[in-house]
Amino acid sequence: MLEKALTGSNRYWGWIAVLLAFMAAGALSYVQQYNYGLGLTGMSRDVSWGVYIAQFTFLVGVAASGVMVVLPYYLHNYKTFGKITILGEFLAVASVSMCLLFILADLGQPLRALNVLLHPTPNSILFWDMIVLNVYLFLNIFVGWVVLNAEKKEVAPPKWIKPFIYISIPWAVSIHTVTAFLYAGLPGRHFWLTAILAPRFLASAFAGGPALLILLCLIIKRVTKFDAGQEAIQKLVTIVTYAALINVFFVLLEFFTAYYSNIPGHMHTLDYLFFGLHGEGQLVPWMRVSTLFGIISIIMLLVPATRKREDTLAIACILLFISLWIDKGIGLVIGGFVPSPLEEITAYHPSFQEIMITLGVWATGFFILTVLYKIALAVKEEKMIS
Amino acid sequence: MDIKRRQFLKIAGLSTIAGIGAPAAFNLLLKGQSPPVSFASSGAGAEAAHEAAPTGVRLGMVIDQRVFDANRGLAQRCITACHTVHNVPNFDNPKDEIKWIFKVPYEKAFTTMSHYHQNEHLHDSRFLVLCNHCDNPPCVRACPTKATFKRKKDGIVAMDYHRCIGCRFCMAACPYGMRSFNWRDPRPFIDKATYNKEFPTRMRGVVEKCNFCVERLAKGLQPACVEACGGSGAMIFGDLNDPGSEIRRVLDANFTIQRKPSLGTMAEASC
Repeated sequence: MLEKALTGSNRYWGWIAVLLAFMAAGALSYVQQYNYGLGLTGMSRDVSWGVYIAQFTFLVGVAASGVMVVLPYYLHNYKTFGKITILGEFLAVASVSMCLLFILADLGQPLRALNVLLHPTPNSILFWDMIVLNVYLFLNIFVGWVVLNAEKKEVAPPKWIKPFIYISIPWAVSIHTVTAFLYAGLPGRHFWLTAILAPRFLASAFAGGPALLILLCLIIKRVTKFDAGQEAIQKLVTIVTYAALINVFFVLLEFFTAYYSNIPGHMHTLDYLFFGLHGEGQLVPWMRVSTLFGIISIIMLLVPATRKREDTLAIACILLFISLWIDKGIGLVIGGFVPSPLEEITAYHPSFQEIMITLGVWATGFFILTVLYKIALAVKEEKMIS
Repeated sequence: MDIKRRQFLKIAGLSTIAGIGAPAAFNLLLKGQSPPVSFASSGAGAEAAHEAAPTGVRLGMVIDQRVFDANRGLAQRCITACHTVHNVPNFDNPKDEIKWIFKVPYEKAFTTMSHYHQNEHLHDSRFLVLCNHCDNPPCVRACPTKATFKRKKDGIVAMDYHRCIGCRFCMAACPYGMRSFNWRDPRPFIDKATYNKEFPTRMRGVVEKCNFCVERLAKGLQPACVEACGGSGAMIFGDLNDPGSEIRRVLDANFTIQRKPSLGTMAEASC
């Protein structure tokens, strides 16, 4: 089926060229980083993880959100999602691929990455994260490919694929839970040391991921003959809205515990992120934009008039996606390092190369997504014609 | 802080402990030393929080802050001794900085302590901080390759620089901020005049920290920082599980505190 990605319109090749250009720029920056060391980034002794790990964390959520179309279709026989299940699965594939690339980009000794397998260490959450992510990647490629192949041949998917599909559902929950455990089990990092981190991760993931999927469906509708259908999109909107509201609820719970208990360690990072701590508030504008976009988008998703129109729906999804990306892709990871264990406040500014590498990985993810979607949609279009 | 405690601090200054179980050979070295300081006896008892692990050798360190307060240049000599013997590079910017042992004000070393009003003495004091070689080290739990590990025979939290993949999970896990990362090649920043051929230099992309001088202990030497204190008794190092050890006598006779005791790491940093 891969050959279907090799034929396309000028617009398709133009988009591929843009992605390749960003990938090349990212690769060049990575060569520089590889030769110099991670000192080329803005990270420091105090803020020892930066945008790479933050993107990784955010994208695990996008990957996990594939389950939001897989579960209703396969467990509840919700046929409307049948058309877009493959889109959810391939979005998960692209997202997990980005996650793995971001981890590699963040390693000080990338050539030793396999030490995680050579010296397996079950007490390390990173060991488990490596396992769940790779298995999830395999499950989604495998299930997506087999089901699509059957669709191409116009036969029912083989029965033996079912167990893999059923396993992939709790597995999606597991990848984001384990990723939350990377943070939620560290003593002395009060902002992360909260039992609600995993549910909060899942809520924001199930809002942000399907929001992106809605946007992708709307784009696909314009550039191909494939239409996910109003019903499927509106059902996704319902999922996004509930998840976004639950996420807001969870965030407010964090605020309550921190500020009602009045324990300094619990308030410090929230202060730093939203109001400024000891006059330092590098991320305050970001977090306020995130809050504002979150509120506007949820209102737009709740009001029927803006929810049902495709243009306003697209705007709502974009705002929500940006809001959640800032919250998790910037605030959560970088904010967690402030203040440091010695209660020092260190600012973090990603370097030019760091940003280029980040864009390069995103471009790689979109490249994978584009190729996979191209194949999937070509199969679906053929079927529509015949 | 009540009056009694404040008076006690004024008289006695502060003493700090960092550390864990030591090999027996090591205790011998401590024998024959005169008691580090004559502690003012006071009503303040040792906290139950730093009970040692029940069995085996458990190396520990007490830092007698009174000695450091009386001798302001001593802490820097300890730092220099450590950083020289371990070929710790000297970067002049905080972003690339690598440090195994360093001086911080009281409120940074002991973030969980609070005082309505710090007396002048405490305000001016600088406390040495280093890896606490925790009984329950979060960094060891976090490491995905066992590149950082706890030595069974003496409790030292050690590192294998050749196995470390540079994921920096241990840095996020350490609640004391005691780990450093080689953000760039450290070798050009090691002072050639004092380069120590007997200790490996590190490469870029790996984490490092205080190793309680395992390489010196193996030769029957004291840790470099302890040695730098000479006979002053500013640092007392030994087996916390040996009731006859000097460190135990010091702990018995003095009020001591640990860094962030509520986290359950059994850090053995005591004042």
